[in-house]
Amino acid sequence: MAGIPHDHYEPKTGIEKWVHTRLPIVALVYDTIMIPTPKNLNWMWIWGIILTFCLALQIATGIVLVMHYTPHVDMAFASVEHIMRDVNGGHMLRYLHMNGASLFFFAVYLHIFRGLYYGSYKAPREITWIIGMLIYLLMMGTGFMGYVLPWGQMSFWGATVITGLFGAIPFIGEPIQTWLLGGPAVDNATLNRFFSLHYLLPFVIAGLVLVHIWAFHNTGNNNPTGVDVRRGSKEEAKKDTVPFWPYFVIKDLFALAVILAVFFAIVGFMPNYLGHPDNYIEANPLATPAHIVPEWYFLPFYAILRAFTADVWVVMFANWITGGIVDAKFFGVLAMFGAIIAMALTPWLDTSSVRSGRYRPMFKWWFALLCIDFIVLMWAGAMPAEPPYSTISLIGAAYWFGYFFVILPLLGVIEKPTTPPATIEEDFDAHYGKSTAAE
Amino acid sequence: MMKKLTLSALTALGLSAGAAMAAEGGHTHDVDFSFEGPFGSFDQMQLQRGLQVYTEVCSACHGLRYVPIRTLSDEGGPELPEDQVRAYAANLSEIMDPELDDFRARTPNDHFPMSSLENAPDLSLMAKARAGYHGPYGTGLSQLFNGIGGPEHIVSILTGYTGEEKEEAGTIYYENTAFAGGWIAMAPPLMGEDVEFADGHSNELHHEAEDVAAFLTWAAEPKMMARKQVGFTAVLFLVILSVLLYLTNKAIWAPIKKRAKEA
Repeated sequence: MAGIPHDHYEPKTGIEKWVHTRLPIVALVYDTIMIPTPKNLNWMWIWGIILTFCLALQIATGIVLVMHYTPHVDMAFASVEHIMRDVNGGHMLRYLHMNGASLFFFAVYLHIFRGLYYGSYKAPREITWIIGMLIYLLMMGTGFMGYVLPWGQMSFWGATVITGLFGAIPFIGEPIQTWLLGGPAVDNATLNRFFSLHYLLPFVIAGLVLVHIWAFHNTGNNNPTGVDVRRGSKEEAKKDTVPFWPYFVIKDLFALAVILAVFFAIVGFMPNYLGHPDNYIEANPLATPAHIVPEWYFLPFYAILRAFTADVWVVMFANWITGGIVDAKFFGVLAMFGAIIAMALTPWLDTSSVRSGRYRPMFKWWFALLCIDFIVLMWAGAMPAEPPYSTISLIGAAYWFGYFFVILPLLGVIEKPTTPPATIEEDFDAHYGKSTAAE
Repeated sequence: MMKKLTLSALTALGLSAGAAMAAEGGHTHDVDFSFEGPFGSFDQMQLQRGLQVYTEVCSACHGLRYVPIRTLSDEGGPELPEDQVRAYAANLSEIMDPELDDFRARTPNDHFPMSSLENAPDLSLMAKARAGYHGPYGTGLSQLFNGIGGPEHIVSILTGYTGEEKEEAGTIYYENTAFAGGWIAMAPPLMGEDVEFADGHSNELHHEAEDVAAFLTWAAEPKMMARKQVGFTAVLFLVILSVLLYLTNKAIWAPIKKRAKEA
């Protein structure tokens, strides 16, 4: 593998040489696991392993759940109860899968915000970033379709609302919606295709994860300083890095064990806390719940979707300039997808010459505000679409777009960054060296 | 309690979707159930009393369609002896058997009957399908300390009647302080002293309400005891594993950090 110079696998025994000349698989595994990793990585670099674990957990529990689940509108809800009551360990499998989705999104948000703060999206890691965004989009699709499968009230009405978004596209919206649903409304055809895709997409995600890992193994990991590993020689590189095994494998496993302890406490003692009570009522197309609310991990974007009502001047302007083609609903849909696309575009929106937020005094504050904005939007998304929540959502949405399209490009020009350390070794020594000998 | 506090630290970041609903529901008053918290467990006698209240009162209209009758004798539940469960099943309404093409008596392997009154919701999952607590400010964080509040909501409904009635479009509504909107179509099902408990336990209204709420919690979550057991074992092992990995990690990194100190 290209990238940072390091020791490569050398087949020694006869059988190793025999295998290596035919299929260099041991070399591939060796080079992957022994990859030189910046030694100053902090605790925000653990989420990759957590996410890999989540994907494996979801696939493993999911495959067993499928063995007992019936994808039919008349039987889906009862089959989930069958899993909860009659299948050996079924209640644990289902609660692990259900809360596993939450852990997955919790980790992915911290992973993404880590990248946003330390500039992991910047050259030469744009492709890693874009693939990551694709994975995130697929996760959202998979999570949404999985939530429909138990066929509870929120499953049904969530599916109705979200597929309705596609109906908001001018001219071609309704045929697209019908095509997605497999009929005029959410029904058995919808449940079946969601089931099929919910099973398929995780494997697509797994494929993209490999490409994601391949991409950053080529560029090398980013690190808290954003300073590149010295690549002049193997000796130089060794001063900045340690091999992934055992240094980061053990560190990541320690983090995983701590997080899993909390995760199992949630699964064991409060498995329904993150869910919605209405989903324990079987889907009823004739009774709309008082509040249709998506799962917590969609709330920030749901808030942005609902923020742009017909009385907002941007919406009125868009409506007027397009001769009525873009109405409030379609504007909201564009805003929601735009909010995610904005994240995907960060590599080209951030104009700063310095990679890590650690050395950007103004950026730090705007970034902190973005984190708060995300939490506020999450809360606003759970509240009814009425004042004052709609106004709060609008302000939150405005800041989200402002951050990516105005603040990030501007900061690179007006901000005077501080000087990052010359090398990773310098940063590491400063942290663990004599000055902080108490450590 | 400590565990719940630790959880809150993590979950506070994620807020709760269970939180979602704005506080428009009625008033829920807190009840100290034996099964609350990580250490709580079902009170077997209370579940049996609750089953009695359900059988003698609720089941006139409401069903438990997802609950297999045999689970009444399962560990961690009411734990009725098997012969009693057989007798109980035989006393329920007959079931249509597609193989016989005729009705026959229920056996423990059948489920409880469905609701006999069309408008009466099935109670199998009622204790999980309602949230008693939403706050503060719709964040649902209070659920970390109080639980989601399903059984408390049931108790509050059963004891929340004010005695006021009104008629609208031919239907009588009863004022209820716990019901969202304040008026419920269900006539007060319990008045106090509706059933005679074999164990001599008080049959005052709030006792009956708490007992049946406990029973319905078991009906909705029959594997709660097994789940908490798994939770404990898993957390215990993971904490031990964390300590071991922490020490391993420290030992592995020590030379690298020492080199930095000498630099």
